[in-house]
Amino acid sequence: MKGQLLSANHAAALAATLAARANRTGRGFCSGVYPITPSTECMEFLCAQQIEKGRVVRVESEHSAMGVCIGAAAAGARSFTATASNGLAYMAENCVAAAGLRLPVVMAVANRTMGPPWNIWADHGDALMLRDLGLIQIYCADNQELFDTVLSAFRLAEDQRVLMPAMVCMEGFILSHTVAQTEIPSQEQVDRFLPLTSVPQQLGSTPHSLGQIELPAQTETHRMQHHQAMLAAETVFEEVRGHFADIFGRELQGALVPYRTEDADTLIVSLGTMGLTAQRVVDRARERGEKVGSLRIRMLRPLPVAAIAREFAGKSRIAILDRDISLGFGGVLWGELARLAQAPVVQNYLAGIGGGDVRPEHLERVLADLKGRRQSGTPVNVEAI
Amino acid sequence: MRNEPLLGGMAQSAVDRETPLLRPGNTNCGGCGMSNLLQMMRRAVADRPVQLVIPACCAAISAGAFPQAGLGAPTVLTTFASAAAVATGAAAVARLNGEETRVICLAGDGGSYDIGFATMSAAAERNEDILYICYDNEIYGNTGGQRSSATPAGAVTTSTPGGKVEQKKDIMAIMAAHRIPYAASLSLAHADDTLRKLRHALDLRGFRFLHVLSPCPTGWKSEPALGMELVRLAVRSGLYPVLEVFDGRRHQINIEPEFSDEALEMYLSLQRRFQNTGLKASDLRPAIERHWLNLRVLSGRIVPARRETR
Repeated sequence: MKGQLLSANHAAALAATLAARANRTGRGFCSGVYPITPSTECMEFLCAQQIEKGRVVRVESEHSAMGVCIGAAAAGARSFTATASNGLAYMAENCVAAAGLRLPVVMAVANRTMGPPWNIWADHGDALMLRDLGLIQIYCADNQELFDTVLSAFRLAEDQRVLMPAMVCMEGFILSHTVAQTEIPSQEQVDRFLPLTSVPQQLGSTPHSLGQIELPAQTETHRMQHHQAMLAAETVFEEVRGHFADIFGRELQGALVPYRTEDADTLIVSLGTMGLTAQRVVDRARERGEKVGSLRIRMLRPLPVAAIAREFAGKSRIAILDRDISLGFGGVLWGELARLAQAPVVQNYLAGIGGGDVRPEHLERVLADLKGRRQSGTPVNVEAI
Repeated sequence: MRNEPLLGGMAQSAVDRETPLLRPGNTNCGGCGMSNLLQMMRRAVADRPVQLVIPACCAAISAGAFPQAGLGAPTVLTTFASAAAVATGAAAVARLNGEETRVICLAGDGGSYDIGFATMSAAAERNEDILYICYDNEIYGNTGGQRSSATPAGAVTTSTPGGKVEQKKDIMAIMAAHRIPYAASLSLAHADDTLRKLRHALDLRGFRFLHVLSPCPTGWKSEPALGMELVRLAVRSGLYPVLEVFDGRRHQINIEPEFSDEALEMYLSLQRRFQNTGLKASDLRPAIERHWLNLRVLSGRIVPARRETR
């Protein structure tokens, strides 16, 4: 284990490189990549690596990038790609295909606002667009967590009980371009952590077709199987965390990151880096004697419903932050979580949409607003309170 | 029934691949040119290990409904625009593992000329180790026969009820311009031509492109039994040039047409798609002549100077 100064983009690419090399005695590694701000540095780093029994294909579009990953995974290899924003939207059709074919492709997504109007800054709306399509989604808050999660995503996605694509998200620039000291394990440790990729439906020599036409009843069965596998991913992720701790001697962050929640009556709930800001605000509030806690959601699909409901139990005020908006509705995270809360006040705050800074003072305003509420209201923008 | 000679060895012979690529019980329309192509491919492929990559097109229907497999080789069915990209991944992994597997894209004209064009062009530019076969029925057959950029001018389709106005895209020139190792148009009506080119393309490495004029009785409104005759007429009349281009540089014309107007009239009259637009052989002849003049130049023939007739 040694420390390296890396951007989160580079950390994701390095995790993918180590995972790629770990499959050199298996079917190898093949990846399709295409640049887009702010995930470009991830593919650039990958393109500069020497990977034994590996190939990185510089394709002509995100759609083809995932196409190459589909072909590679269908041939039994390990696969990875990175994208963001409109690139993810362009790739979406093939993300659905990878999910439907149950291929364990790992993706790093540097969350960026969807355009036009063109905006290169952070917004979770791009990844959330794919929420319902059968891909695992995990959101990260710092470089180490991102490195660890990308590495672990291979083990999770390739688990025979799971077998589906996994998307690991980092907010564009806020995280993707932040450079931090990151603990990097040795290749030998990664080799022990990641079993060789095995895709049971891989193309061989026997005639069989992947992705052929089926009738409604068959699709219903396949959807339910996929749903069950997705639900199983929550348990498998806990097992992966156990293996991670055994081999690397440190903890992989869980599906949820509760912070000072046990005795709290008020919760700030968030995705990604806003959770770290929330923790600072919680500390300040605690100094003032306010019983505030933070709950950071890492795993959005599968959504750890029971664990979230347990965290929500007994709380009286819950602020749900969204760096995204489902237009005509409100925050997506709020839409997902509000039903799990019994609290009298569950308020949605739209924060940092289109990449605006979310600073501690914003969250102080959120806490003040929350305190003044007698009941839940419609979603509000933090800039407006 | 393994390799039992049928029709005196014409339909099935001892050199054929053990399992047919297009299995009995498939749902292809009668007279489908792609069916003929797959049967010819069975013979050409022989004992070479192959995998198929098929985008959304009629051949994706040939693959059959789950869990039956209508195709006799491992197949991945891809999204419409991504056949060449998916094949890139599959072929790359085969190479990384030292396997001899030939990865074959089987795509229609919609998936090649139109929606999959950028993907195909990029795979050709990277010279991926793929055999890309475009079976061209000159329409979106799978969706009921809409115009594509492969539809010839004058053809009625469901989206050009008055007949298409624009010319057919010259896909061979485009693919040759990528300077890929091998690009060829083949005639299903000339079995020796088809077999030779399929075998040659299967054995080469790098990106190989084969263009196949593929009769579609359903879309062309023609008699299913006349498919091969239509291809022969297209070749005889000069409408469908049969040629090979090596490395994008050396052009070789394989079948010298008669440039027969009679064949051209016959070709048009046997398809109802041309009947209501009043298209005549004389309407097509100038474009055919210009195209062939260009092909003669490219193939290194000395072309006498002449003034174009108006």
